Amino acid sequence: MAEFVESFLSQLAQTVLVVLIAPLMLGWVNQCRAWLQNRSGPGLLQPYRVLHKLFHKDALLAHNASVIFRAAPYIQFGCMVLAASIVPVLGTNLAFSPAADVIALVGVFALARVFSSLAAMDVGTAFGSLGARREMLVASLSEPALLMVFFTPLLIVQSSSLSSIVDALAHRDFAIYPSLAFAAVAFIMVLLAENARIPVDNPATHLELTMIHEALILEYSARHLALIEWATAVKLTVYCAIGIALFAPWGMVEGTNWLMFPAAAGALVIKLALAGTGLAVLETVSAKMRIFRAPEFLGMAFLFAVLGMLIRQLLGA
Amino acid sequence: MLPAAVPPLELIVGVVSYWMVIGLAGLLRPLSLYFVSRVLFPLGILGGMVLILAALQGVASQPADLVLPLGLPDLPFHIRLDPLAAVFVGLLGIAAVGISFFSAGYFRRVQGSPPGLLCLQYHLFLAAMTVVLLADDAYLFMVAWETMAITSYFLVTSNHKVPEIRSAGFLYLLIAHVGAIAILLCFGVLQGGQGNYTFAAMRQIELSAFWGSAAFALALFGFGAKAGLLPLHVWLPEAHPAAPSPISALMSGVMLKTAIYGILRVTFDLLQVQLWWWGVLALVLGLLTALFGVMFAAVQTDMKRLLAYSSIENIGVIVAGIGLTIIFHVYQQPHLAALSLVATLYHCLNHACFKSLLFMVTGSVLHSTHQRSLGKLGGLIRNMPWVAMTALIGSLAIAGLPPLNGFVSEWLLLQAFLFSPGIANPYLNMLVPVAAAALVLAAALSAYVMVKFYGVIFLGQYREPSLAEARDEGPWARAGLVWLSAWCVLLGILPVAVIRLLDNVTQPLVDFAIGSNLERTGWLLIAPISPERSSYGPLLFLLGITGTVLLTYFLVRRFYHGRERRVAAWDCGFPAQNARMQDTAEGFGQPIKQIFEPFFRIRRQMPGPFDARPTYSATTEDRLWYWLYLPVARLNERLAAWIGILQHGRIYLYLLYSFVTLLGLLMFML
Repeated sequence: MAEFVESFLSQLAQTVLVVLIAPLMLGWVNQCRAWLQNRSGPGLLQPYRVLHKLFHKDALLAHNASVIFRAAPYIQFGCMVLAASIVPVLGTNLAFSPAADVIALVGVFALARVFSSLAAMDVGTAFGSLGARREMLVASLSEPALLMVFFTPLLIVQSSSLSSIVDALAHRDFAIYPSLAFAAVAFIMVLLAENARIPVDNPATHLELTMIHEALILEYSARHLALIEWATAVKLTVYCAIGIALFAPWGMVEGTNWLMFPAAAGALVIKLALAGTGLAVLETVSAKMRIFRAPEFLGMAFLFAVLGMLIRQLLGA
Repeated sequence: MLPAAVPPLELIVGVVSYWMVIGLAGLLRPLSLYFVSRVLFPLGILGGMVLILAALQGVASQPADLVLPLGLPDLPFHIRLDPLAAVFVGLLGIAAVGISFFSAGYFRRVQGSPPGLLCLQYHLFLAAMTVVLLADDAYLFMVAWETMAITSYFLVTSNHKVPEIRSAGFLYLLIAHVGAIAILLCFGVLQGGQGNYTFAAMRQIELSAFWGSAAFALALFGFGAKAGLLPLHVWLPEAHPAAPSPISALMSGVMLKTAIYGILRVTFDLLQVQLWWWGVLALVLGLLTALFGVMFAAVQTDMKRLLAYSSIENIGVIVAGIGLTIIFHVYQQPHLAALSLVATLYHCLNHACFKSLLFMVTGSVLHSTHQRSLGKLGGLIRNMPWVAMTALIGSLAIAGLPPLNGFVSEWLLLQAFLFSPGIANPYLNMLVPVAAAALVLAAALSAYVMVKFYGVIFLGQYREPSLAEARDEGPWARAGLVWLSAWCVLLGILPVAVIRLLDNVTQPLVDFAIGSNLERTGWLLIAPISPERSSYGPLLFLLGITGTVLLTYFLVRRFYHGRERRVAAWDCGFPAQNARMQDTAEGFGQPIKQIFEPFFRIRRQMPGPFDARPTYSATTEDRLWYWLYLPVARLNERLAAWIGILQHGRIYLYLLYSFVTLLGLLMFML
């Protein structure tokens, strides 16, 4: 029982931490990007201010908005919180971990995405359905790539639970796996596509011809929009956390050693900051591509991931 | 309700005769719609309920045999209920209950066949499918199989005044019979020259590798024709739109599964040998079918055609699962063979629930709007909340999203793919991960298809003004929809109980049951290999997701407010927006069409730059029609023409033929 309470508390602490620092992560990426582009930037705390403002406004709903439109932001946010609770960020002792493995994690992302696409089609404006179809297109190509990325560490560790993967990669035998390098490249490409970043999408644009994610949420306002924005931030943070867990898991607490948590939190902040900087650099040096180049981009990610898996399966590397 | 003393096999036989009696009762007052839909269809539901109970009992008990004193003299009917048959009987029961409920509310107007005849065909169809599952000799199997094909043909063509429906029915009947011939030949090979056509005798025969392969290939071809496996899938997208919706539901949900049952029965029970390349053949064919089906589903504009292609996709996934099972079984990996077989059977159950549900949904939509084309629907969630909510469950389930049932089978199948440690064949080691990649791609695209299906029909604005008058379903149809969506949820969150039942099937077929691991994890988690390696707890998952959603809702309301205003949708500064500016079904499928263009045969008619009344039309066709079917049809016609040379319709010529034949025979004798 005490064991369960401990893992539950560790779970709660990690999930709450991820949800709370997610806007900060977004703020950091934006700030870095501003610096790289010789702008002064809005400051690290800007996403919190935006959320605060949005939560206070009156929600506007279209006349024909149905229950799906109203429920979707909550479901999206709930899914992202759940995703945050599957991924180990500080320690690997997670109460929720046995209930969902990496395949279920991909399922959570898919669930959130399907609801956001359905909500976008709900009001029936041209942009909403355009965004929905583009989002589903990108997703239907990036989701297989993401699963393939997961399969390489899964084959190495012979477990599909993220906690066990991290445990094995971080705390057991130290080895360098070339197959993971391929998976990492594929993962970064998937991360860019799934989080609507340049080069697949541009989070800062409202240009009709290019937007994907912004077209989906064009009808939303106030608290609904706040929840979606927050969920987007959590998603980005969770993706970075997945990348850290798979490819740089060092510094994470094994089991529940509470004294080690501050150190792990420090390591996490440094790693997230580095990831954010890297993301900002990538976004600054590359240009947004046409929507029909996205399948090529994601096809490449898919091939990289499959290559990583084959290297693991055939060469054992 | 269930007399516990009656053994399940006798109970099922009882249900079969009960259904036949109900069907015949339809002939008492063949023109009375009220009698058929309010008395006979509701009575038929009871049969389905009893089937579920009998299947639950039968799956956990020893195989039971029975010889019925029917059929030809010296050739009585043998029937047998073993766990494999029981699973499919249960599947039939679940679907039959939902569809009979729905049918009770569906047939409201007499169209084509009189209702009494429809009732006879419907119940005979149900009875024939049950007998196919029970049959224990090739003779009864073929009789039931043909009854099933013919009753379903009449059901498909029940609205026979429309020429397209007649030709769709013909295509279906043709392919059904090409398949039936292959199945007949397969049984001929299986009896190994002994002349004993009971399945019990076939199990005793050890065929050589060549004849075993011949039997497997014939079975895959014959049953594949019924299941809609590439390249024999063409009848599905024609027959499903033609048939009344409950019939499409029954055909897609259950009849396709009888073909899967046939493949499993022949491969794992009747054949005593298995070769590894059979598995590769089934795996590759299954994955090709899955990818093909989902790609075509994405570009369809007719809602029933879309679902038909989606059925092709699901059958592909199931056949790929069978192929994987064969590979593991041949390479002595009983654990993984059991896992992939469980995943396959689970997917059969799932598909029966959600595909029947969605076909019924299309029936409701068709009834209240008289539109089958997705381009003329939209916004129905406001008029038809019951249909829309059950359709949402069905769509999410078929898209393979947790915590519904589609995800469970997908998860199990992926586990089997991923934990395939060194099969003793390097080529297969390479193939299996690539196959997993193809499977995942098909699953991801199916989410695309389902967003299109649901979004275009139920969300957005009405694409036609008449849709505002659409009405929700009545109580009978609602009961059917709710019944099947409840199964989608139940199969999604209680997989442990289902897997324990399926263990009874895998134990005799592949000598392993994965349930032993479940003992260690309890009923909350499924861990098919071991809890350390992978586990999934759908109930916890459901609790987690509803918990966080409710907590978020509560916190937002508590700390902020719930104020809202209804306004017009934002028009982007262009006020003349109308419903025609939403994405059409064709528009929604356009990216898929563009990316996978080489796979389609697309004919576009583009307007010129100076057209006063520009028109645009594009049709997307199946290349296989032109590569396979039309050449075969032409060849057939040419052969017929050559044979036609002999035919002149003059009696003296025919007498001459007989005379020459006789002479020839006499010379042969001498």
